[in-house]
Amino acid sequence: MRKYIVPETLAVSDSGFLFLPNTGETFTLNHIGKEIFHLLQNGLNEEEIVQHMLDEYDIDKPSLEKDLSDFIIQLQKYSVIKEE
Amino acid sequence: MKIAVTGLNATDNPGPGVPVIRCLKESKEYDFDIIGLFYDSLDPGIYMENICSACYMIPYPSSGLNELFDRLKVIHEKEKFDIIIPTLDSELYGFVKLQDKLAELGIKTFLPTAAQLNIRSKDMLFEFCASNQIKAPKNILAGSVKDIYSISEKFDYPVVIKGIFYDAYIVNNFEEAVSAFHKIRAKWGNPIIVQEYLKGDEFNVVALGDGNGQMIGAVPMRKLYITDKGKGWAGITINDNRLIELSRKVIEKIKWRSGMELEFIKSAETGEYYLLEINPRFPAWTFLAPAAGQNLPVLMIKLMLGEEVIPLTEYTIGTIFVRSSWDLITDIKTFEQIASFGEIKWTK
Repeated sequence: MRKYIVPETLAVSDSGFLFLPNTGETFTLNHIGKEIFHLLQNGLNEEEIVQHMLDEYDIDKPSLEKDLSDFIIQLQKYSVIKEE
Repeated sequence: MKIAVTGLNATDNPGPGVPVIRCLKESKEYDFDIIGLFYDSLDPGIYMENICSACYMIPYPSSGLNELFDRLKVIHEKEKFDIIIPTLDSELYGFVKLQDKLAELGIKTFLPTAAQLNIRSKDMLFEFCASNQIKAPKNILAGSVKDIYSISEKFDYPVVIKGIFYDAYIVNNFEEAVSAFHKIRAKWGNPIIVQEYLKGDEFNVVALGDGNGQMIGAVPMRKLYITDKGKGWAGITINDNRLIELSRKVIEKIKWRSGMELEFIKSAETGEYYLLEINPRFPAWTFLAPAAGQNLPVLMIKLMLGEEVIPLTEYTIGTIFVRSSWDLITDIKTFEQIASFGEIKWTK
């Protein structure tokens, strides 16, 4: 299962504000986005994140997998994370 | 210590005079008294509070060096200033030629040489970059409309049409290229630079070279908001060592002596930095540098005075500037004094 690298210099604030120090770009993550970002930072792979979210939230697996995949594509597009 | 600074045109295309003065006034070691030198009686920097203790009009560079020197001499007799900092590109060749005569009056400068100015000029920069393994967009010089016809043989549209000192237009076809060529030639003369257009984000570095090849400090910034004139109206300090090392390389190779601004574009395609321009003076966003921990104009004064200066490498990442428009109010008597006599002294 795919795993991602989050640069050590990246941090997300309590409010979900994310600053990329090497490009100056900023993003705002919502509550769920922030939670997923923390899981990625903690080294969880996609499958583990899906399992974690299924345990936490009332959502069907196909919808979750699709949303997570979209979110990860966005994070990669903005160079926030890289595939390991 | 009294310092004269030019470039008080804090307009929508701002000169660096006011931000350089603000940096000097931030100094905790020195209490600088600032004399403003202006070209237009409506230059906003004249009217700003706590910026200059006195302001004097000086003649445009096109009036000739003798006229400029004579005027500076008169101002010096009144104000006895110790240092002069020209901050506009178009002034620099003149001040380089005048620096010995200014030194005879006891006025210090810290300027690049004419040869250094030439190396980084917009028509020579590509050659410099090519011979030093620095990436830069390709360009050709256009002296007449005939040269515009050859654009499509050398580049794909869009291309950038640039003036030798100022102005740049992105053009998408031959007709737009001809129109931009005429506009720029009418304003700034020949040569016109036709440059390969690169898609990507703009990054700038403000830096200071000591004239012996050493970089004294550098702060990189990404423009967050760009006006329709291409001016950065907001920016943020960033952490990308490639920009610092590229700036260091340029300063080492040219042995740059003075403040400078390096303009880069990060190719959206490859992620590599291309050097677009080297501006031979501090930029209008210089005040971001002391805000992030490097007061480069003050360090330049220290170099000028022959003091020991330890190069700075640290700065605060994520420091932001947001430029603003601010209406200054004055009265007709004050304006009369400035417009009719070309000088004003502000009482503290």
